[in-house]
Amino acid sequence: MRALHHFNGGVHPPEHKGESTLRPIQHPPLPKKLVIPLHQHIGNSAKPLVEAGDIVLKGQMIGKAEGYVSGAIHAPTSGKIISVGHESVPHPSGLKDLCIVLEPDGLESWIDLQPLDPLNMDPSTLRNRLRDAGVVGLGGAVFPSFIKLNPGTGKRIKTLVLNGAECEPYITCDDMLMRERAREIIEGAAVMRHMLHAEEVVIGIEDNKPQAISAMREAAGQSMEVVAVPTIYPGGGAKQLIRVLTGIEVPAGERSTDLGVQCFNVATAASVHRATRYGEPVLSRIVTVTGNVRNPGNFEALIGTPMDHLIDLAGRLEGSTGAIMGGPMMGFDLPSTAVPVVKATNCIIVKSDALFPKNPQPMPCIRCARCAESCPAELQPQELYWFAKAGNFGKAQEYALFDCIECGCCSYVCPSHIPLVQFYRYAKSEIWAQEREKKAADLARIRHDLRLERIEREKREKAERLAQKSAQAKTAENSPSEQK
Amino acid sequence: MLDAILVMSGLALFLGGVLGYASIRFHVQGNALVEKIDAILPQTQCAQCGFPGCRPYAEAIAEGRADINQCPPGGDANIHKLADLLGVEFKPLNASHGEPKPKSVAFIDESTCIGCTLCLQACPVDAICGAPKQMHTIIAQECTGCELCIAPCPVDCIFMIPVQENISNWKWKQPAYLKGAA
Repeated sequence: MRALHHFNGGVHPPEHKGESTLRPIQHPPLPKKLVIPLHQHIGNSAKPLVEAGDIVLKGQMIGKAEGYVSGAIHAPTSGKIISVGHESVPHPSGLKDLCIVLEPDGLESWIDLQPLDPLNMDPSTLRNRLRDAGVVGLGGAVFPSFIKLNPGTGKRIKTLVLNGAECEPYITCDDMLMRERAREIIEGAAVMRHMLHAEEVVIGIEDNKPQAISAMREAAGQSMEVVAVPTIYPGGGAKQLIRVLTGIEVPAGERSTDLGVQCFNVATAASVHRATRYGEPVLSRIVTVTGNVRNPGNFEALIGTPMDHLIDLAGRLEGSTGAIMGGPMMGFDLPSTAVPVVKATNCIIVKSDALFPKNPQPMPCIRCARCAESCPAELQPQELYWFAKAGNFGKAQEYALFDCIECGCCSYVCPSHIPLVQFYRYAKSEIWAQEREKKAADLARIRHDLRLERIEREKREKAERLAQKSAQAKTAENSPSEQK
Repeated sequence: MLDAILVMSGLALFLGGVLGYASIRFHVQGNALVEKIDAILPQTQCAQCGFPGCRPYAEAIAEGRADINQCPPGGDANIHKLADLLGVEFKPLNASHGEPKPKSVAFIDESTCIGCTLCLQACPVDAICGAPKQMHTIIAQECTGCELCIAPCPVDCIFMIPVQENISNWKWKQPAYLKGAA
């Protein structure tokens, strides 16, 4: 029995998970059109490989990974490309982004799949396969998985942690996946263990999911350890889960990889399995549709499925006041539900005034420090709030703003209802913008200096050429006179 | 009496030696103040300050030949930083050097361009690509928005386009309704 550890703080918000776990994962009928964004992962947008009018097969790559940190995008079903252009995407800004619009033909004709025997293959070949299959972290961060499966030379991964904690209220997509497809997850974990040469695999699941725990224990057998971890939000944060399972605290500015631990979501493991064993790229994901709907549940939705399509299937109810993508703690309000499901869409919560009453008017901070007590990253949220509000971003960084995981515990416990996390997001994005500007200024300085240098050099060379020419002319003038 | 003179002059010689050594051993290459000022300036190289680039302006500030409020692209934020660095009072931007504008990049109307290369010569950061009698184009990522290419163009085919907000440069806004509370 593994001795479990604790992290600081945490909260117990109402779970609301029971509603969406009553029925098995459903397969929605094909929507009329799929809108597939090219930027569904951390890093560079994929480069479109198709044009309007092209006929594509199910699983065909339609966006190529661009640069190292990027992921490929595939046609989730066969059909015709209607357009490649800017469409609404699920993003807090409500801005449009480059998308490929596909009209399904209903035939579901696949490309030729190329299955592999992953456990007998070189990890680098497998990494290329995962990159081309568009496998990214499905826990919500959508970081390209092949990068995390490359520990780098000289580094050893001792423990591979699979994250099935799913600590955020309402979300049950991982729970249902573990209940129904535990086998796939375990097979994927075996491939990951092979790629990382990890000594042990530990699967952490919160103890409010007994069915998932028993299904996973059965599938894992003796080869991997399934651990029930206490239910406390945000126990599913990567750093928090690693802390609970291994006792290792990942220091600021370091990654768990440096300490011999790598962490993946359970759904990512399942997609690693499908991509390597069967050659299937990531074409769909499990999405929880819950909140103010008649039949909350989980859907295996094709990437690009309009969220409205899923909400209609779950039974739209009166009195909806918008929707959240993600959970109530870390998710964001969708500008509209006419946006597609992307690889990061784990949950769609339809809001109503009964479920999500309007936030009371924020009051001044009374310095009670309850936020600090609840902070799982052991920060000083009240100080960070002060600095972010005053625009003192340097000071906020000194107080480790970037260790904030934006879990929302501080906002949740704040008796003054201050939207603290919004301040940290604001401060972070201002700092990133300043860094971008600084980078651009440095580049401009270098280019300007090089230009001045070039102009100087050209001037010098011209002067030298002129001097040479006049010297030649002189010798030419002198020589005939010598002959006389 | 003699002892005192000997001690004092000995001390003076010794300390002088230490100072002399330190000035050679810890010599700073270049002018550190100019570097610091230059690091604050936005590197637009637009010459609106009256100097032929950001570095000459930095040198002028360091030597006291120029004021700190002559850089429109840097705006008030940069004047505050310069005032902090130099320990002087903040003063508002001198409007005779121009007004701050939203960040823009130049755009060449390629159907009108005659390929005269005059803009290439004007660009302080070599952000225009082209050759004589060939179409020119702006490398948008490198353009600082200095507008120096607009005046030389004989066919007026260069425009400034403000940089649009998109998903990659979008920023979270400060929660507005809290501005009154503390």
